[in-house]
Parts: sequence; structure tokens; C-alpha cells
Amino acid sequence: MAHPISARRSTTVSVFALLCALLCVLPCVLLCVTGCKGKTDEIVIGEFGSLTGGTATFGTSTHAGVLQALDEINARGGLLGKKVKVVTEDDQSKPEEAVSAVLKLIKQNNVVAVIGEVASSRSLAAAPQCQRNKIPMLSPASTNPKVTEAGDYIFRACFIDPFQGSTMAKFAVNSLKLKRFAILTDTKNDYSVGLAQYFRETAKKLGAEIVAEESYSEGDIEFKAQLTSIKTKSPEAVFVPGYYTECALIARQAKELGLTVPLLGGDGWDSPKTTEIGGAAVDGTYFTNHYSEQENRPEVKKFIDTYKQRNAGKVPDAMAVLGYDSMMMMADAITRAGSTEGPKIRDALAATKNFAAVSGTITIDAQRNAQKSIVVLKIDAGRFTFVESVAP
Amino acid sequence: MELLKRNAVPLLLVAAQWPVGWLLSQTVNSYYLQIIVYIGINAMLAVSLNLINGITGQFSLGHAGFMAVGAYVSAACSLFLVNGWPAALALPAILLAGGLAAALAGLVVGLPTLRLRGDYLAITTLGFGEIIRVVILNTAAVGGARGLGGMPPLSDFASVYACTIVCVLVIWRLVHSPLGKAFTAVREDEIAAAAMGIDTTRYKITAFVLGAFWAGVAGALFAHFIGYIHTNSFTFLKSVEVVVMVVLGGMGSISGAIIAAAVLTVLTEALRFLADYRMIIYSVLLIVMMLTRPGGLLGRHEITQWRFWSSRTAR
Repeated sequence: MAHPISARRSTTVSVFALLCALLCVLPCVLLCVTGCKGKTDEIVIGEFGSLTGGTATFGTSTHAGVLQALDEINARGGLLGKKVKVVTEDDQSKPEEAVSAVLKLIKQNNVVAVIGEVASSRSLAAAPQCQRNKIPMLSPASTNPKVTEAGDYIFRACFIDPFQGSTMAKFAVNSLKLKRFAILTDTKNDYSVGLAQYFRETAKKLGAEIVAEESYSEGDIEFKAQLTSIKTKSPEAVFVPGYYTECALIARQAKELGLTVPLLGGDGWDSPKTTEIGGAAVDGTYFTNHYSEQENRPEVKKFIDTYKQRNAGKVPDAMAVLGYDSMMMMADAITRAGSTEGPKIRDALAATKNFAAVSGTITIDAQRNAQKSIVVLKIDAGRFTFVESVAP
Repeated sequence: MELLKRNAVPLLLVAAQWPVGWLLSQTVNSYYLQIIVYIGINAMLAVSLNLINGITGQFSLGHAGFMAVGAYVSAACSLFLVNGWPAALALPAILLAGGLAAALAGLVVGLPTLRLRGDYLAITTLGFGEIIRVVILNTAAVGGARGLGGMPPLSDFASVYACTIVCVLVIWRLVHSPLGKAFTAVREDEIAAAAMGIDTTRYKITAFVLGAFWAGVAGALFAHFIGYIHTNSFTFLKSVEVVVMVVLGGMGSISGAIIAAAVLTVLTEALRFLADYRMIIYSVLLIVMMLTRPGGLLGRHEITQWRFWSSRTAR
């Protein structure tokens, strides 16, 4: 392409040349710096999570939990006589970044094991990399059943969607003695769809009736059409498996429409925002969760006290608890393995039995899922009160 | 035969990617190799968007949407259609499927929208990109919100770079052909171009469909490199990322787009150690670059026009 020769501006050219040189050299130097091998007198564990992006609170909460566990482990003298170090990578809530992050942890930081991710989509993206490199991966909170199907190096520290959905159905039918249910699902959210499916199946099996099924999409703020339609079918309870923002708004609008039957939900309701947004409207809701701060076990009390101290009085949410539990489970496995080799840690993780975690007693089953009890909470005057604990 | 002879050098270059890829896989650790592969995929995206944005002057913000179409169609293809085929057959099949599906989407999107100009076009393409994404998100057959996984790892360094070379070559030759002159004419002045007898809508759609095709191929390679795709990878921000590459490299400069793709891909990885500040520093670097080189790294020039190093500067 011919262009008229513009005035000679040597300064611009030199700035450009400098910039080019800098751009070539800088990344290389940075890659080398960040790629420094860890010292051999420490055990390096990788963590990847969504510290920024759409689901940033998941990543930051888990991270706070992991760090608390790390400090406790190191205060006890570390593992296998070595100090433990955690390298954390942000994946910006994007699946392909999760792949980069986990590869970097494995190849650059030479981690012996990986903790992450909360969102099932990111765990699914990263799992094949861990599997290929024979690095055990422990997901704190990915509840989708598919995650651990990626291979025998992939574990999780939480229960899975089918258990949660069917537990709520059993609780509603057996404990609350209800027979007619409506379901309001977030169709954009796989978690919500999964929970709804297992709730429906179990409820029907127990002889209950699903009188209405309506749906919405994450980000909606107006639910009156669906709620009006549900109201005409006069259910005895409405199952709303979704995330806290929409659920709280649904609760408000249900009350405004005079739909006063109890709402039922999953662990997506667990957030201080639920009562903040929902106010008095969320009272009377039952939801399943990973733990309750009111449980009287010593592990729970100790964890909450320390967490509050470390995080300016903040009450830990389930993600923080699961982050802590994952790190502790990993430490336990490494101790029992007596080695930092991937296959040995894998075997030890798979053999985890009756591990006393904050979120309950964990046993890893043959599908590498955590078998643990689930708690049912009731929102009462703005507080999450413990109703019952259901064993698997 | 004549055709083969004329294309001997590029063909050899494409063929050379397999031994080079093998060598790299033996020597370089897979983290670096993955960055190198991302560079290739991003270069394809940037060069193909450059054909639409830089060379034909149509500001499209929907490139991630076409990439998504390519990724999902090729993934569905390899999972349900060519499952079990040998890699040498399956790879071209899925690439073609992804590319053609994206090209078709480009045609469907392009026909109504390319009658618009400037901001209006940008907004409609943005809208279409999002529509594509939301449709996929609500299609249970391809995983919906769960994402789609289990694709065989068909693409690697060699296939990505072979495709990148072909993509760059096709677009390079196109730009330097009479057709390319017509594209440039549309960019410079649509009315004047029309007055010269150029069917502006046809050329705009040609550029759009071709750009979408290569975005689809890039998407197919991406899907089969990672082995798991989710609509979160193809949001509006991904489109912006590609636009940034094109603008940074210099609107209309093919080599500029490639350099910018490489620089930005490496930069996001290299800045990892900054943790939370990573994206801030990244943005600051972008601002500094645009302030010092408002026309992009290479302006409208190509790296091959060596003389500009000493006597020319970009506008």
C-alpha cells in the first residue's frame, strides 16, 4: 500500500522502537520471574479461583478460608516437616483462564496438588489438565455431578446436586408434611435446573404432586407473572432453587401478591444479601446448606471465631467454610500419604474416611464425591436458624 | 500443478508446523506451549476481524459470537458426528464445519445489519453476538449453562499454526487483490466507491462472511484445544479483546494485528504475578500504548514495508 511520506518524526520512531523492545523483553522477563521454581524445603499447593469477575465473592471467600487453614497448618509445624505454601491464581470467572491458571500452577509453580474451583464450569475446564498431569484436584464447592467424572484425580469436598434436591423434597414431604409443590427454576443456571430435576423426581416418588412449574432467567427482576400463575394452582410450598439475588426478589414479590406459603431453596440462598434484599419476606423459607453457624460442634465454633478475627468480624459463608475444609482435607491426605507424589496423594484423598471437617464429617466415595450430611436451615426473623441435619 | 508451484513456500511452511510442533512438545513445557497456541488462535481472530474492521472499515463487535458458533458446531460435530474418525480426517471435518457454520451465521447477521453504518452497525453486531451466546446458553443439546465437554484434543500447536498461516495468507492475498482494493475503497469512502461502480453491500458482506469463517475456525481450534467450552468464554468482552488487538496493531495492518495478538496474549499471562492488579496494569499499558501510538503499533503499514522504520511514521 503506497502512502504519502509524512514528515520525518524521528522521536515517534524511537519511541515506537523502544516500546517494541520493551514489549518483547518485558513479558519474557516477567514470565521468567514468575516461573521461578519453589524451594525444596516447602510444599507448594496451588489454588485457583474467581478472585475477580462475575462471581468474585466465590473466589475471595474460598481464598480467605484456604489462607486460614494454611496458617493453622503452618502454626502446627507444616506437613511432613516442611512449611506449606499456597500459590493462588485468578481466573477472572472465565473457563479458559482457569485452564491457563491451573497449567501455570502445575508447570511453573510445581504444585503438588490443586484446590479449586467453586463454579462447576471452571472446574470442568481445569479438571482434564490436572488429570493429564496426575496432579490431584480438590474442588471445594462444584456441586455438578459431571465434575469428578473427568478422572480419578478429581475430587470434591461438597455434596452434589442430586443429594441436595432430593433432600429438600424428603424434608418437605416427611418433616413439613406438605403434598402440593410448585417449582420456579432459573433456566439459565445449570445448578438450578439440576436441583429442580431431583426435587421433582423425589417428591413424585414420595407421593407428592407438582402442581406448577415456571421459569425465569438469572438477572430478571420481575417475577409477578410466574408467581401469579403459581398462586392460582394453590401449592403448599414453592421450591425456588436459584441464587440469592433473584430468590430474595421472588420472596418479596410473592408476599406482595399474597402468596404466603413457605419457599424452599438450595445453598444458593446462603448469603447475607438474602435477608438484606428480601427483608421480612424471606422469613419462613427453608433451604439446604453446607453448614450452619449455629451447629454446636467445636470445629464450627473455633472456625467462626478465628474467621471473624481475621476478616474484620465478617460471618463466614459456605464458600469460606468449604475453602477451609478443602485445604484441611488436602493437608490430611498429604500427611497420610507421607509423600508429595501425585499418585500417592490421590490414593490418600480417595481413602479419606470420617474426616471431621467444619461442614460435617466427610467420607470420599467411589465416585470421588464427598459423602457428608446436609443441613436444613429456616430463615426466622432475618436469621438462619438450624432445623435439622440430614445424613447421606 | 501451477497452483502447487505458486504456493510451494506457504505449503512447505504449513507442512513444517508438524515437525516444529513435535519438537516443541518435546522441549517446551506445556504451560508455555499453551500460551503459544493461544497466540495463534488470537492472531487468527485478530486478523479475521481486521478484514472486517480495519480493511473494510465496518466496525463489528460480534466476533466472539462467531467464534462461539464455530466452537459449538465443531464440538457438536466431533461429539455426535465424526466421533471415532481418525484425527487426520476428523480435524479438517470439524474445522470446516465450525468455519462454515460461522460463515453462515455471518451471512445471516450481515445481510440486514450491513446496511447500517458506524455506531449503529457496532451496536447491532454486539446485539447479535449476545443473541448467539444466549441461544447457545438455552440449548440443552449442547450443554446449555453446564457447558460442553469431552471433545477429543484434536488441535495442537501444529494444527493451530497451520490454520493461522493459511488464514493470514488468504486474507493477505485477498487484501492485495482487486477485491481487496474494493474493500479499501468501501472503507475510505462508501459513496465514492459506489459511484465507481462497486457494489458496496456485496463487498461488505463478503468481508463479513470471510471474517466470520475464520473466527469460526479459530473457535473450533479453541474448543478442541481446551476440550471444554462454556458460553462465558464468548462474552462481549471477548469481542472487545479482539477489537483491542486490531486497534492496537493498527487498523488495516495484518502484521500489526498478529503482533498485537501475540503481545496481548503474553501480557495477560506475564502480569499474573500482580494478582488483583493485573487487569488494571493491563488497561494502563493499553492506554499508554494508544497515547504514544494513536494509530496502533504499525498504523496502516505492514511489517514488510521496512522503509517505514526509518523514514515513515504511521498517521
